[in-house]
Amino acid sequence: MKVNVLAFGIAKDIFGSSSIAVELPENGTTQSLKQSLEERYPRLKHIVSYMVAVNNEYSSDEALLTTRDEIAIIPPVSGG
Amino acid sequence: MNIQIEISSQPLNIQSCIDWVMTPQSGGIDVFIGTVRDATKGKAVVRLEFEAYEPMAIKEMQKIADEAFNKWPVQKLLIHHRTGILEVGEVPVIIAVSCAHRDAAFEACRYVIDTLKQTVPIWKKEIFEDGEVWVAAHP
Repeated sequence: MKVNVLAFGIAKDIFGSSSIAVELPENGTTQSLKQSLEERYPRLKHIVSYMVAVNNEYSSDEALLTTRDEIAIIPPVSGG
Repeated sequence: MNIQIEISSQPLNIQSCIDWVMTPQSGGIDVFIGTVRDATKGKAVVRLEFEAYEPMAIKEMQKIADEAFNKWPVQKLLIHHRTGILEVGEVPVIIAVSCAHRDAAFEACRYVIDTLKQTVPIWKKEIFEDGEVWVAAHP
């Protein structure tokens, strides 16, 4: 399945885009998305950490993803 | 409503934030105003650029506000955050909290800004004379 992934902050710079498409297995999880992204964009491994948000909530590595989810890469936040 | 949360690309208005949280029952208002500093670790900062994942940022700020109401006897609570390019001295964030007594107002206000900095998906880029960096991204 193909999921759409939003990117912010340094993740947007690393992807070179605010939104990318990623091919995942049908039962893909947050963890499999991270693995796929880190293979495609090795610079992602060099930032302090990052989270994956699914439908505007921080997700766990085991969370199952679907093509209907709004998925976003959340690098370390620095608001305020 | 006793909670007001906004993300805006327009300059924030400090006085209107204070006015909004004031109630006849309030004994004190605590206000935190974040301002753009002209240097970081001794290096001159030209300006900052803020980016927000708006729907999620609003949701996370709402959670923080709800938790502040659970922890302290808060009357009204406001969080305004700016996005876009900000020059030195401009205001990226205002937190305002009204309570009957000052202790709760101080503690709730500090809780809100400290937690916002940890959980709300907003990012700050520092722009220097010779480059730029996303704050907190690299070790």
